[in-house]
Amino acid sequence: MKTILTEQQISLIIKRLAFEILENNLALENTVIIGLQPRGVYLSDKIVDALKQILGGKAVNYGLLDITFYRDDVRSGLLLPNKTDIPFTIQAKKVVLIDDVLYTGRTIRAALDALLDFGRPKKVELCVLIDRRFSRELPIHPDYTGRVIDSSISQKVIVRWKEKDPATEVIITQ
Amino acid sequence: MKLTTPHLLGIKDLQSSDIRLILDTALQFKEVLQRPIKKVPSLRDITVVNLFFENSTRTRISFELAERRLGADVVNFSASASSVTKGETMLDTVNNILSMKVDMVVVRHSASGAPHFLAKHIPAAIINAGDGINEHPTQALLDAFSIEQATGLLEGKKVAIVGDIMHSRVALSNIYLLTKMGAEVTVVGPPTLIPKYIDQAFNIKVSYNLKETLQWCDVANVLRIQLERQNQPLFSSLREYNLAYGITRKLLDNLQKEIVIMHPGPVNRGVELDSDVADGKNSIILQQVENGVAVRMACLYLLADRGGEHN
Repeated sequence: MKTILTEQQISLIIKRLAFEILENNLALENTVIIGLQPRGVYLSDKIVDALKQILGGKAVNYGLLDITFYRDDVRSGLLLPNKTDIPFTIQAKKVVLIDDVLYTGRTIRAALDALLDFGRPKKVELCVLIDRRFSRELPIHPDYTGRVIDSSISQKVIVRWKEKDPATEVIITQ
Repeated sequence: MKLTTPHLLGIKDLQSSDIRLILDTALQFKEVLQRPIKKVPSLRDITVVNLFFENSTRTRISFELAERRLGADVVNFSASASSVTKGETMLDTVNNILSMKVDMVVVRHSASGAPHFLAKHIPAAIINAGDGINEHPTQALLDAFSIEQATGLLEGKKVAIVGDIMHSRVALSNIYLLTKMGAEVTVVGPPTLIPKYIDQAFNIKVSYNLKETLQWCDVANVLRIQLERQNQPLFSSLREYNLAYGITRKLLDNLQKEIVIMHPGPVNRGVELDSDVADGKNSIILQQVENGVAVRMACLYLLADRGGEHN
């Protein structure tokens, strides 16, 4: 087991991701942020806090999306849903989806399907903390990346948040 | 976490953790029903047959909408338009339908125990949509969900069940559910419509005084007088029933508190409920119907896990 990112590195990355999002979505005029349940929300909460700080406390349209009902592996065991809360329209808006790890791409595929049931966004972008780039099973690519990791399928990448885990860090198992 | 039972035959067979799981899952489906596109693909690989050997409007439409909004394929069957009228047995009918690759069966029957019989003999997940005077589990679940939406957690809530307790599967399922979830229950109605010893059988209270019970409760679940199940007169007239056990605006206005009024439908207006109560501010009757779809989606979603094994 090896630590890839420490808490300090993660907090710097979160600030950078917030600036990168703002670079392409000036003042977030027509942009909404959506965190993926359950684990992506720890990251999206922090990115939204950083965005608000940079924008001087301006309100950000921020929602949570659960993709359980859209997964392609529903019959491999019972999966229980988390809360979805999107209290605004995404019709003709730019959407930035946020998740912790991009691995096979199947979660993002499901998220895109779920998102379209809320309206037709103008554009969808993807922001992740970790991109395991050689493990993709679908043609999906992130627009904002914290750290790219070259790992094999036998390895596990785990993002820990001190809100629910012992510490904030990213680790990889050998 | 999953249900401890492969079928939904009655609340009697459920643990309180099962009930909590269904209510929590229903909350997420309620959100799905607020979306511009009220549909998810979770049951795309599942075929459901709705077997209705007894008439129904609300329950059948509610189940069908729930199934379609989960993306399931749906087949409807009503006994009056089928080979049952030619003398085919229920088991033959169901086995013939199942040989066409059906995964789940929603069944309503006028005979108590019909869904339990099917569960013993056929390899599909069975959901009881009402069997005789036994149980109507999805109604009790949607009632519980509606109570929690209106007033918060069930535990410690005081619920009155009013009217025809004797012939009501809704009453029995509600009594099982509410007592399992820690609510207090009083049944109130004329002595001829309340089974003897029910208070000892279920740890609930019996009252024959409507006004006192309404003053006690937080929620009154008012039942329909089921004339079709009574083979002897159990009260002298509907008019007299209304005077003694009908809920009127005036009765509610004279209470020292606000209570929630529920009814599983169809309402006999002017018998168990006056129109200005059924349509009034205390009533959550239409919310119950709305919640019914979300609760049935939750039941289907949680039980479909087993359905898939038979493909």
